Amino acid sequence: MNRATLKKPQPVELAHEAGSRSHHFHGGLRLRHNKTISCLDPVVRPPLPELLVVPLLQHAGDVAEPFVRVGERVLKGQQIGQCQPCAAIHSPVSGRVEALENRPMSHPSGQPGPCVVIRPDGLERWVELKPVRLWENASPETLIAKIRDCGLAGLGGAVFPTHAKMRDGRNRKIHTLILNGSECEPYISCDEMLMREQADKIILGARVLRRALGAERVLIAIGDPMEAVQKALTRSVKLAECKSISVVKVTPIYPEGGERQLIQALTGLEVPAGGRPSDLGLICQNVATAAAVADAVVEGRPLIERYITLTGNGISHPRNFQALLGTPYSHLVAACGGYTNGVARLVIGGPMMGYSIASDEAPVVKASNCLLALTRSDIADPQPEMPCIRCGECARVCPAMLLPQQLHLQIRTGLWDQVQEYGLSACIECGCCDYVCPSHIPLVEWFRYGKGEQRKRALEIEASELARRRFEGRETRLLRLQQEQLEKMTRKKHALKDKAQRDSRIRDSIARAESRHGETGGSADDT
Amino acid sequence: MLISVLALTALGSVFGLGLGWAAIRLRVQADPLIEHIDALLPQTQCGQCGYPGCRPYAEAISNGEADINQCPPGGEAGIRALADLLGREPLPLNPENGEVTPKTVVVVDEQRCIGCTLCIQACPVDAIVGAAKLMHTVIEAECTGCNLCLPPCPVDCIDIVELETDILHWRSPRPGETQNVAVLR
Repeated sequence: MNRATLKKPQPVELAHEAGSRSHHFHGGLRLRHNKTISCLDPVVRPPLPELLVVPLLQHAGDVAEPFVRVGERVLKGQQIGQCQPCAAIHSPVSGRVEALENRPMSHPSGQPGPCVVIRPDGLERWVELKPVRLWENASPETLIAKIRDCGLAGLGGAVFPTHAKMRDGRNRKIHTLILNGSECEPYISCDEMLMREQADKIILGARVLRRALGAERVLIAIGDPMEAVQKALTRSVKLAECKSISVVKVTPIYPEGGERQLIQALTGLEVPAGGRPSDLGLICQNVATAAAVADAVVEGRPLIERYITLTGNGISHPRNFQALLGTPYSHLVAACGGYTNGVARLVIGGPMMGYSIASDEAPVVKASNCLLALTRSDIADPQPEMPCIRCGECARVCPAMLLPQQLHLQIRTGLWDQVQEYGLSACIECGCCDYVCPSHIPLVEWFRYGKGEQRKRALEIEASELARRRFEGRETRLLRLQQEQLEKMTRKKHALKDKAQRDSRIRDSIARAESRHGETGGSADDT
Repeated sequence: MLISVLALTALGSVFGLGLGWAAIRLRVQADPLIEHIDALLPQTQCGQCGYPGCRPYAEAISNGEADINQCPPGGEAGIRALADLLGREPLPLNPENGEVTPKTVVVVDEQRCIGCTLCIQACPVDAIVGAAKLMHTVIEAECTGCNLCLPPCPVDCIDIVELETDILHWRSPRPGETQNVAVLR
């Protein structure tokens, strides 16, 4: 898709379309929600853990540079890390930096990563907070700069730095801001609880974001069965007297919370492959991000805590917490009564898109929305993988309208050009194809592997291009040096030849002079 | 009859002249096949194929001097790509040229380096910086892992290291190869 042709977003009529349920995306699944079990108790802050482990890699992008040294005292909300293109990282507590070292992180690789370990002093002393004064009159640039300084990233799970998304939005003329509250994965309920309990803050955040983007309207998309949420949000909208914000419901067909799927369900428009929602004049933010924006801009508080769901049959008392970033999962599990007997697997995220971790020592990060503890009875026995029978079920449920069976075979046989052509990069790894496959082929695992291989191949091609250029550059340089050497040699040879000629001429004339002298001398003797 | 013969002759001469002009004016200087072959080679410039670089090897393949199975860094995939391009049968890698090994880079041990510049002269991609009697160092991003700098080093101060995969460059494993399911306790 040529990006230049997408520069000017088409104005979209949303007024009658939004929430009218006339639109839907391709495929998807109806799943059992299992959300109620974790929504029974109000959200509380867990007790302060003994140690907080703040990873330096919390965003899409590079690892942050730590600002602090071991032994240094930090205040709550003090910035402790930064990497230029991504968002800042702040200390979640006041205390002392115990270590800067590699620690287990919640990452699909299971590899440890660089972390700042902080021992809280229990005093909860805040750094001086600098909110944006009179944000209603502040310039969008000021708001976006504040969002950047407060370390905001998409809290839906992709953790793309919010300020970068907003800046892109500013440049592309956004007419509609969509707040995504349609948490589609089973079990996860942190956004639902946030919308119930902090609806005012979300609406405030929506207004700040709207001002920063210059958008005309805001749609808050929620799942259909969220009655309590709708009540809370509508009340807050009324309180805020903001007519441009509306709450819309989307039919709960997984993955309706995916950015592209949500846009399609709301507007009927498809985000072009390789493009972004801003190509259509839309921008999507998670509701939790909006609440964090309100905290950042209106109160000046950096992002140091988030809502997280602890749920599943493996947790004795499933619930939601407002946890400080850096709190170890084990601490949260203990705070809700520990594990039940049959716990067999820990999953970060939901059952469809999450990944399992080996140890609960890993800390809560900006991306953590759910810790799901599954028991043996929850996990289906591993079924032997059978050959693909070409039933086409996977293509029927794929929300990205791909052909998973083709992609699977192409990845397996290494036909990377075709994989590219068939649009693997558009796969959102929602797991629908996996779920319906009668042959139990782990399709999403294959697609994740395929994406990694494609990235690797792109890097290799880049490296070989560089090597080719360097090699050719060296060859031409060597040739030039050789030529110069040759020229120098010939010049020298010529010079020597000239000198030899000159010398021989001199010798000749000396000889001649001597012989003449000898002749005259001889004649003199003779006389 | 005469008109048709004349017309055809005229057409033939016009097209012939046109083609003749195009053959001279639009001549392609380089052999495009060499470019295509060169594009498939890994550009390690290691010389394991017996030629002083990837391009000379590409030229040799295109002349029919060399076979397509002499490039260990390209591996099986490289041989297959070459076979596809040239319409030949893929061959197993020639063991005389070496074995397929994982990608490595070299590192100069700063304590031992005496600054002789011999490795700098040996590096086919100018990935080593330094000057006479001063310490040398390898630019990791530009090192192709050809190991041509090892033999000339008089003090053996260059080590081969495998590239470590940190958390940023981590990739999902091939399904079935490693069980990515962690089971508690």
